[in-house]
Amino acid sequence: MELANRPTHETAVSGTYTPAPPPAVPPSNVRVAIRNLNFYYGSTHALKNVTIDYIDRQTTAMIGPSGCGKSTLLRVLNRMYDLYPGQRAEGEVLIGGDNIIAPDQNLTQLRRRVGMVFQKPTPFPKSIYENVVFGVRLHEKLSKAEMDERVEWSLTRAALWNEVKDRLHSSALGLSGGQQQRLCIARSIAVRPDVLLLDEPTSALDPISTLKIEELIDELKRDFTIIIVTHNMQQAGRCADQVAFFYLGELVEVGPSSEIFTAPRERRTQEYITGRFG
Amino acid sequence: MADETKHIVTSFGIDLKKLHDMIAVMGGLVERALADASAALLERDAVLAARVVEMDPKIDAEERAVEQFAVRLLALRQPVADDLRQVIQALKVVTDLERIGDYAANIAKRSLVLNQMASSFSLSGLGQMALLVQQNLKSSIDAVGDADPQKAVAVWRADQMVDDLYNTIFRELITYMMEDARSITACTHLLFIAKNLERIGDHTTNIAELTYYAVTGQALPDFRPKGDQTSAYFPANT
Repeated sequence: MELANRPTHETAVSGTYTPAPPPAVPPSNVRVAIRNLNFYYGSTHALKNVTIDYIDRQTTAMIGPSGCGKSTLLRVLNRMYDLYPGQRAEGEVLIGGDNIIAPDQNLTQLRRRVGMVFQKPTPFPKSIYENVVFGVRLHEKLSKAEMDERVEWSLTRAALWNEVKDRLHSSALGLSGGQQQRLCIARSIAVRPDVLLLDEPTSALDPISTLKIEELIDELKRDFTIIIVTHNMQQAGRCADQVAFFYLGELVEVGPSSEIFTAPRERRTQEYITGRFG
Repeated sequence: MADETKHIVTSFGIDLKKLHDMIAVMGGLVERALADASAALLERDAVLAARVVEMDPKIDAEERAVEQFAVRLLALRQPVADDLRQVIQALKVVTDLERIGDYAANIAKRSLVLNQMASSFSLSGLGQMALLVQQNLKSSIDAVGDADPQKAVAVWRADQMVDDLYNTIFRELITYMMEDARSITACTHLLFIAKNLERIGDHTTNIAELTYYAVTGQALPDFRPKGDQTSAYFPANT
């Protein structure tokens, strides 16, 4: 190998690296393909020309300092921004070939396909059972037996079944924080989405509950494409197959977790993950 | 080290600097040991040789200190990216340095044995090899300190000359032994000394490779063209 052509420290992390642009037509293993996405809060340009692929049945972690646009991107993926006037997205967000930010998109259908779990557990003030079936009832007509089966399936997949099977009809608010978060995950997967969005799902949890959620993420990615926003770098390393680093609304670098955390290509990524920012 | 941007947590930066300084201290001891061992051999200086042997436990203690400190850094700071590579580099470099220290002590011990014999061989070949190995060792330790991948590549390349010299000395000593069986004991010691120097060269190359990786995040290629296969004919030769 010719050493002259190998990147040295100067070119390796100085920011001269330009990733190859993803193909215009995403490869078949891509579940969500974002092309040239721009997002505006009124006049604030919050996402700048973001292009990224989320691979089917893999976990992608999005990291970056507060205000870098990672949560905005999650909000685009299930069009939550539609609830607010003055917010708009331009570009393409392709899920199974549909541009989900097109105006004619059926939002109820979209939100079945793209589930979301928030930072703080958000159980409805209802029974555990009712929490899980709430979304299913909107989309499917199931018999009592089928519904019971779906509840068991969802709670089992969310690693909560054994803890709550004897009290399905008691209030969800009686669960611990970690259990509530797993209930929210069960509620999200009950409608069998394609994509699961997790917005800092463990930031309000203790370390053991956090590890349970991380274990769950590993399990769930067999069936779902998972996109997680996290401020915990170790968590991104532990959970994710690929990591995307955002800064000031731009996607700075995306790559396999093992590369991002051992030898990132961009200086800004390196400075952020090693705690040298600013 | 190479990075001018400081860590937000200042004490982390201080810890990494300390790790670097510890390697520099250990590197200095090992350089000293090798230089003294070479001088003891060439000048038949028994006092110097004894000093090299005494220095070895000190080098081993330095290695343990760096290892403990690096493990502490891994556990408490969970370094990533270039920080992680620096800690891994430190852990592995001290292992190479410790081995070099062992080889230097071994050369010193053999020089003591050789002093007991009436040796009529020219040691200029070994002297040249020892000098080259010392230069490479110094450059590789400097490359660690300066986080300089170019210097590391230069060391990595220069080891070829050490290997060539080793093969020359090997052939030369074999000739002596075939000419006169009474020379076998002395020549065998000299052969082991040459081999020790050659191994020091290899560890020096390892240090250069580790530095290149720590700074750039890339590995140097596995192969560096090996020329002469002289020693391959003698499988027992280690």
